[in-house]
Parts: sequence; structure tokens; C-alpha cells
Amino acid sequence: MLEARNIFLSYGDREVLRDVSLNLSAGKITVVMGPNGAGKTTLLKALNSTLSPASGSVLVEGRDIVDLSRREIAKKIAVVAQENETRFPVSVTEFVLGGRYAYGKSFGWETADDRRIAMECLRLCDLDGYEDRLLNELSGGERQRVVLARAVASQAGILLLDEPTANLDLAHQAMMIRLVRERCTGCGASALVITHDLNLASEFADDLVFMKSGRIIAQGAVNDVMTSENIRTVFGVDARVDSSPVGDSRRVTLIFD
Amino acid sequence: MKGIGTKIGIVLIALPAVLLAGLLLGSENLPLLGGSDLQQAILLEIRLPRVLLGAAVGASLAVAGAALQSLLRNPLAEPYLLGVSNGAALGTMLAIVLFTGFFWAGPIMAFAGAVIATATVYRMAQSKVGMSVERLVLSGIIVTTMLSSAIVLLTTLLDATKLRSFTFWLLGDLSQATPGSYILPLVFAVLGTIILTFNAKALNLLMLGERDAFDFGVDVSKVRLVVFACAAALVGVSVAAGGSVGYVGLIVPHLVRMTFGSDNRRVIPISALVGAIFVVLADTVARTVIAPRELPVGAITALIGAPLFIYLLKRS
Repeated sequence: MLEARNIFLSYGDREVLRDVSLNLSAGKITVVMGPNGAGKTTLLKALNSTLSPASGSVLVEGRDIVDLSRREIAKKIAVVAQENETRFPVSVTEFVLGGRYAYGKSFGWETADDRRIAMECLRLCDLDGYEDRLLNELSGGERQRVVLARAVASQAGILLLDEPTANLDLAHQAMMIRLVRERCTGCGASALVITHDLNLASEFADDLVFMKSGRIIAQGAVNDVMTSENIRTVFGVDARVDSSPVGDSRRVTLIFD
Repeated sequence: MKGIGTKIGIVLIALPAVLLAGLLLGSENLPLLGGSDLQQAILLEIRLPRVLLGAAVGASLAVAGAALQSLLRNPLAEPYLLGVSNGAALGTMLAIVLFTGFFWAGPIMAFAGAVIATATVYRMAQSKVGMSVERLVLSGIIVTTMLSSAIVLLTTLLDATKLRSFTFWLLGDLSQATPGSYILPLVFAVLGTIILTFNAKALNLLMLGERDAFDFGVDVSKVRLVVFACAAALVGVSVAAGGSVGYVGLIVPHLVRMTFGSDNRRVIPISALVGAIFVVLADTVARTVIAPRELPVGAITALIGAPLFIYLLKRS
């Protein structure tokens, strides 16, 4: 659904992405991992055309992303970025309705359909009763869920999530992952998730991409790529990788001496 | 939102009531109908233009403030405090000194001054880590003081008789209103409000972050250009006619958001109405409180606005 082909991208003289290619296929969750400064967030910004690569291309459902308008891109790709704050008293409902912007005219009110979808997404994100709460009065974790609800409300088939679980407690991490999984298996969406949690990634990723210094070090099915060699190469730490006692995913134990 | 119809109804009734009060009250209270010829002349040729100019200036500044605040994600953004009004004032003065007698010179130069001031503040406030409240306010102060010194320099070129009226005008003064002087500001106020209301949905997203707005389909650079151009035109034209009436763009949108919520589709048009009410009311006070002498209306608005600014800064 979303394909990056040989992307190079620099900030001034500094190359941040070097020859990055990946493919997000329908129904699959791809997790991107790597140390700070590896280029993960830059990759995410290149994938929705916030940043333009120096060379290489991004294809959305086979079409080059540079040929699409912002509205068309917004209907196909939703982003959950690291949280934002506002100094204005914006209600949760108003915020989530923002996810419907690309569907309406640039002027006018949201339709009953838009409202129904927004309410549905609030419910999915465990935000019943939050409709009239003000965004700047919520906790970090609650706000993160509101941001997710807005992304889901856009009904985009491609979800790009930058550390979506960072502020969440365990129950809501599970909710976030279940929700992304449901979008993928139920609606044929595809998702790219940036996270630092190796075990969380082993648990819910289909595909795994390891990045370091702007390059892809390894990519493929998560059980093939999550190896102690790769973890050492990418993060410079020793780890033992064995089978999880539940299910057939990998379990990572970091070894510190 | 509950009771929103009632609240809008109150605003819609208050506007004509305040306009009427502004017409009738003053150093001499006038009857609406059946006055002497002299009273009729004062009513139609002095009071009416002044009240309409006040309404246009109030609406323009309030709408410009509301839109700039959303665009810059900063409830403290205000044309006067950002130096935009001073840019327009300097432009107007240059027009008076350089192109006397050419009617369009004032508004055009005021617009140019407002554009240059806006662009300067915007560039100064931007940094690698984004635009903080403090950075924007400081940039505004720097540009304002720089422009103020240029304005003082220009006033030395004026003769002493003009100096007093200029000092008043710089503080915001509607006493120079003549029949016809309100037409251009009124047209701009209406057009500016309409154009900005049409961008309100995009501003709702921009208010939450530029990157967010972009991700959800807003053509950010286009909306930014439209908002800056409209704000500069609104401020330019109203300053050319009524001077720098300060803090209107801060007080009015703040009150409107408190009462009607943050949705710009409401905030922008309602700010226009409330801005008109506010400035006409302030000007009526300015004309009557020490009658027969007058205060500049800007002194009244600043008296209300400065404490509010301190409160908002403390809270942010």
C-alpha cells in the first residue's frame, strides 16, 4: 500500500536517510526500531511527504506521493506524532473532528456522519464521557489516546505512529496495540509503528525494520529479524533472544554486566 | 454547546444598541429625531461617521487578533503588541510626509508597513525548536520599539500644531472621522471577516500545531499567506483611519473564546461583532467621561487590556 524506494534525505550537509526502501503491505504492522538519531522520525515524515527526499520516491497505492494533494494524502495516511499541546480551550470532540478535515469542504460544519465516526472512535479509544472535556486539562496518556482517536477518525488505510505507547499505562498500551491490530486485520489497513520496546515489538509486529545512522540494517518478518546479533549491531547491547513462554513470538532479555 | 443561540442573540441585540448609544451620547446628548438643524448635522456628519469608523476599527482589529492567535498558536498574539499596528502607523506617517493629497497613499503605505512588521516579527520569533510564547512577545516588543523610534523621528519633522493630534492618533483616536472616512475600513472589515471565516476550519487545525494541520490535509503555506495578508490589510486600513487602538485584538477574542469556545468558525465572526461593540463603547466612554474634553480611545482599551495581558502571560 505504501512503498518507499531508495530514499535519500539530508538536513543540510547531514545525510539522515541513506538508501531506505520498505513496503507496508495491507493487513500488516511494520515496526521500526533503532537508536536515537537513527532517522526513524525522519523516515515517517518522508513517508507522508512532510519532508521531500533528495532522491528516491514514495508510492501510495502505486501512485507517486508528489502527485497527490494534501487532502488526498490525508485521506490515505494518518499520523500519530509525539504529543502536542495547545493553549486554547479545545474540546475532545472538536479535536477528534479535526481528523475529518480532508473529507469536508474547506468551509462549513462537519456532517452527522463525521460526528458519528468521531463518537465511534472515542468509544474505541476508551474515551467515553470525554466528549466535552478540554484537551489542555487531560493527562499525557489521555491526550495520547485522543490523538489516536483523531487519526482513526480519518479512516485512512495507512497509519504511521511515532512512539504511540510512550505515555500510556499498560492497559492502554494493550488497547492501543489491539486497536492498530484491528485496523489492520479487520479493515485491511497497514501500520508503521516506531517504538523503543523490544518485547512489545516482538509481540505485535508482523515485520520489523532495524535502522541505524540513516540506513536499514535488517528488515523482514519479526521472528527472523529479532536476533541477538542484530540487536548488538543496532543498539550496541547484549541480549538473549528466545521463545516467549506464551505464543510463538520472540522474547528479548537484555544482559547488562 | 448549550445556549449558544441565546448568546449570539444577545450579541446581535447589543451591537445596534451600542451603536445607537454612541450616536446619541457625547459632550452633548442628542435626540435621534426632531432635533434642531445643528443637532441633526452633528448627528449625521460627526457622530455617525465616528461610530461607524469605531465599529469598523474594532471589528478589524479583533478579527485580525483572533486569526493571528490561531495561526501562531499563541493567545497573546495581538496586532498592537506584535508591532503590526506600529508598522502600519509608520507607513501612514510616511505617506502623510511624502505623498500629501493622494488619498490611497495612507492605506497602501499602512498595509505595506503592516506586512513588513508582520514578516519581521514572524521570522524573528521562529527558531529551531519552534515558536515559544516568550519569543514571539519579545520579538514583538523589539519591532514595536524600533518602529516607535522611527515614528518619533518623523514627528520631529512635523510642525507643533499637528503634533498634538498625531500623539492622539498614535494612541488610537477616532475624532478625525469625517463623512466617508469610515467606508474603506468598513468594507475591509466585512471582507476580511468573510475571508478569514472561510479559513476558520483550517485555523482550527493550525491552532493545534502546524505539523498536525499539514498531516490532516491543510495547505499550511497557503492559509498562512491568506491570514497574514488579511491581518495586515485589516490592521493597515484601520490604523490609517483610526490610529493604533491597542489590545482590542487581545481582549475581544479572549472574551469570545471564554463564552463561545475555541471553534474559529464561531470565534472569528463573533469577534467582529464584539470588537465593533467594544470599540464603540470605549469611544463613547472616551468622549463622555471628562466631557467636553476627550480621551483617545486607545487609552481606554489599553487600560482594560494591559491587566488582561499580564493575567494571560502569568497563566501561560
